[in-house]
Parts: sequence; C-alpha cells; structure tokens
Amino acid sequence: MQNMKTRPFDLNAIRKDFPTLSVSVRGKPLVYLDNAATTLKPKSVIRALNRYYKDECSNVHRGVHYLSEKATAEYERAREKISHFINARLSSEIIFTRGTTDAINIVAQSYGRTFLKAGDEILISHMEHHSNIVPWQILCEEKGCVLKVAPVNDAGELILDEFKKLVNPKTRFISIVYVSNSLGTINPIKEIIDFAHAHKIPVLVDAAQAVGHRAIDVRGLDCDFLAFSGHKLFGPTGVGVLYGKEDLLNAMPPAQGGGDMIATVTFEKTTYNVLPYKFEAGTPPIAGVIGLGAAVDYVRSIGFENIGTHEKELLEYGTRALKAIPGLRLIGTAQHKASILSFVLDKIHPHDLGTLVDEQGVAIRTGHHCTMPLMARFNVPATARASLAFYNTKKEIDSLVAAIYKAKKVFT
Amino acid sequence: MSESTSKHELYQQVILEHNKKPRNFKKIDNPTHFAEGYNPLCGDHLMVYLSVDDKGIIQEISFEGSGCAISKASASMMTVSLKGKTLDEARKLFEQFHKLVIGKLHPEKDAHTLGKLSIFSGIWQYPARVKCAILSWHAMNGAINKVQNVSTEN
Repeated sequence: MQNMKTRPFDLNAIRKDFPTLSVSVRGKPLVYLDNAATTLKPKSVIRALNRYYKDECSNVHRGVHYLSEKATAEYERAREKISHFINARLSSEIIFTRGTTDAINIVAQSYGRTFLKAGDEILISHMEHHSNIVPWQILCEEKGCVLKVAPVNDAGELILDEFKKLVNPKTRFISIVYVSNSLGTINPIKEIIDFAHAHKIPVLVDAAQAVGHRAIDVRGLDCDFLAFSGHKLFGPTGVGVLYGKEDLLNAMPPAQGGGDMIATVTFEKTTYNVLPYKFEAGTPPIAGVIGLGAAVDYVRSIGFENIGTHEKELLEYGTRALKAIPGLRLIGTAQHKASILSFVLDKIHPHDLGTLVDEQGVAIRTGHHCTMPLMARFNVPATARASLAFYNTKKEIDSLVAAIYKAKKVFT
Repeated sequence: MSESTSKHELYQQVILEHNKKPRNFKKIDNPTHFAEGYNPLCGDHLMVYLSVDDKGIIQEISFEGSGCAISKASASMMTVSLKGKTLDEARKLFEQFHKLVIGKLHPEKDAHTLGKLSIFSGIWQYPARVKCAILSWHAMNGAINKVQNVSTEN
C-alpha cells in the first residue's frame, strides 16, 4: 500500500473537521455513537461535493466541453485514489456502485447466474448482514443453488472448524463479512480466503464495516471480490465500491444495461465497454464518487495506525464501563473485535433505551441491525449498539453510561 | 421541540406501570378471534386473543408476547378498554387510536371516546415509536376482521 504522510493524532483538531459534532440535540451536545450505521463527514468531503455541484457540474465520459472533461478527470482521479487505498492491481478493478448492497447484488446476479448451477453450494456465515444473505437466497431460488451457513460461538466468533467442514466439492462460492456490524467480530479473513483458494473457491469479502477502521489490502488478502460503501468511510451516501479481480470481472456479463456500459449499439447486436465501465450503466453518482475520493484522502491523512490505536483504547474503555453497569450484558465478546459495543439490559427493551438516551443527546442504534438470524442465534429480539469512530472520546462513552443509568432510573 | 415535552410524557407512570404489570397478559383458551402482530423494525412480537359472544360483545381479550415498554403498555391498556365493548365499538376505538398516535386527533379539542388511552397523544412526535403503540391495535383489528398475521410493515 502506498505511504502517505499522516499528521499527528490531535483529537480536538480532528473533531473540528466534522461539523456535525458541534450540533446540539435537545439542548445537549450531540454524542454520536452510531458510526456503524453511518459515519459523519469531514469538511473536506462536504467541500468536494459542494465544489462539484458549484463549479464542475456536468456529466462524465460524455462531453467534450470543459466542465465535462474536468468532472471526468475528478471522477477518474477518485477511482485511482480508491484503487491505491485498497491496493488493487488496476484502477479498472474498481467498480462504482450504489453501496455495499448493490455491489453484492451485482456479484450474485452477474457471477452467480453465469457460473453457478443447480446443486452448487454458496457458503456464508451466521453473522452476515441481510445484504449478504438475501441476494444469495434470491440466486438460490432462481438457480436451485443451496445456501450453507457456518455457525458462530457464544462469543460471536465464527467457528472456523465448522466453517471448514462445510466446504466440500459442491461449494462454489463463499461470501463472508470482514467485520460484523452487529457484534464487532473481526473474522480471520485471510485464513478463510487461503482455505477457500486451496479448494478453488472464489471469495467475496463484505468490507462495509471494516473499511473505515482498518487498512484493506485486496492483493495481500487475495480476495476475489470486495464490497464497501462510501458512507461508512466518512464519505457520501449513495456510492460504494465493488472490487473484483480483472479476469473474473472480464468473464462476467454486465449486471445492467444502459449508457456508458456499451462500446457500440445496433438493434441487432450490442458490444460492451471495457472494465470498469461495463458495470457502470447510466450516469453514476458523480458527486458521491468525488466526495468518496476526498474521504479516502482524509482517512489516509489520519492514518490507520492512529485510527486503530485510538479505537482500540475506546473499545477497551467502553467495554469496561459498560460491563460495570448492573444488568447489562454485552452481545459479542470476540477476542478479535472492532470498536462496536452491542448490549442488552435487564428489564429495558433496547428501543426504550434508545429513546431515553436520545433525550440526553446520545445517538445509538437499537434494533436487529439487519442481522435477524444473528439476533435469533443470541435469543434476543434486538440489541442496543454503540459503535465508535476515531473522532469519539472517552468522555462521550461516559455520557452514554450516564444516560443508561438515567434510563434505568425511569424503569425502576 | 422543547426539551420538556413528550419524552417524559412518553414514559409516564401509567405506561411504566402497565409495562411492569401488564393486564390480561395470558392466552385465552378457545378464542373466537386471534391474530399475531409483528413489527420487524424492532422485533416487537405479540399475539392478541378475543372471546366474543353471539351478541358481538367482547367477553374476554388478552395478549402475550415480547416487546418494548410502549408496545406492551399499549396492548395492556387496549385490553382493559375493549373488554365489554362491542366489535363495532372496538373498530371505532381502533380508528380513533390510530388517528391519535399519528397526530390527527387532538384529545383536547376533538370528540373521542378514548378515555385513558389519550395518554399516547404525544407519541406522534416520535415517528419511530408510533408503530410500537399501534401494533397490538393492528393485531386486534386484524383478529376481528379475520386477518391472522399483521405486520407494521405491510
């Protein structure tokens, strides 16, 4: 991965980069602990969006006029940045999508429909987000493939032995989450990929929850596909990335037809454009892509080493603080864990807790986090989830703890 | 919205008390009507049972299941208000309660027969929680109209 100069980690300065952090909620300063749902955006991203709409607004890959060429250059520069960011071999292996969900659906529909047949097995894990379950179920229904699910243990860790046992000659595809959005579990993704490749099985990595928090090296991992969203990487909503190995993407048919994805069109026969455009039908989210490029620049200026150190400290502090609350049970206690704290409280339903802590200005997520099978595995209808990013502070965790105690008082 | 409004109103003593000790929280044997209510967004899940006599009067009504304080208290209070009412009255109350929780009925100025149920008048300010309050009512309405699976998302 390319080196980029990082600045010293100055939390106060970093917080000033995020305008939303100075919003007040019901007269109290916002405590934003819902980063797994979406991350806040730094000024540089907001400026990039603004600049495109204000000064460069035009379509890409179409015009010969000044603005169109400028926008196209910016758009393609963002692709280069993202390609370096995840250490892809070629920038044409970076496909812009609407988000992680869209990226996984493209693989399920394009690769799945072309290369999988009745009786083939697709292996996922019990901790997948609905977006890495349902696209495969749709495919299974259409093609007669079989979805296999690897179990997790009580700590919320993938049971690797069971996972490996599920791999057999019928297994033709593996799609697995890097970091669980509900539990924070970090999967041994490299080991999984190596094992899969030893059995000649391609692997898609759902990196939605990993991408803003740890360095991703697609060549180091040797994953075949990797999907993530811009908005969980401090970038805009409505844009995401599908990385795919060139030979696989070349072998796959387009997932959608339309403008930009073609080479020539006649009513008799249409030929398709080259990568990555073959998979980018229609006008793309231009501002979003340019904003995502700015987000990548921003994250690299902070540096994943700094991000990792700070988030680990927050996780340890938060884990201790929450565990000390009587009647609180953490859901997801993996050894190898990202800065996500999912929990349930005796006698208070997560939704009531969510409403009551919101009153104190604390934003957490409550619900099933789009992982209903995982909630069923832990026998809870929902959890409360605090998810931390590099701009969060220990003081904010204290605010969450104080708000939980206040909620408990209401329910005594 | 000022800070003093509604959040505290949402968790008033009456609601907390019904949550803690829900009334008619049981299954009725041989119900004449029943339906399941499910809110996939928060996982609230309950069953509503009714025993209606041939004159169309609700002799017994109960619920069971799991959910947040708002859904549980609302279900509990619903059973209390509907016991002894006719099916027509129940339908009327459902309509009024529905309007109440979406902010289209103001108990101070609009005519209604909601009684204690008007305690839920502030909930329209919390759109994410409206479904919690209305879930048991949807289930009840489904039951008396013979629709046995009710989801807040349909």
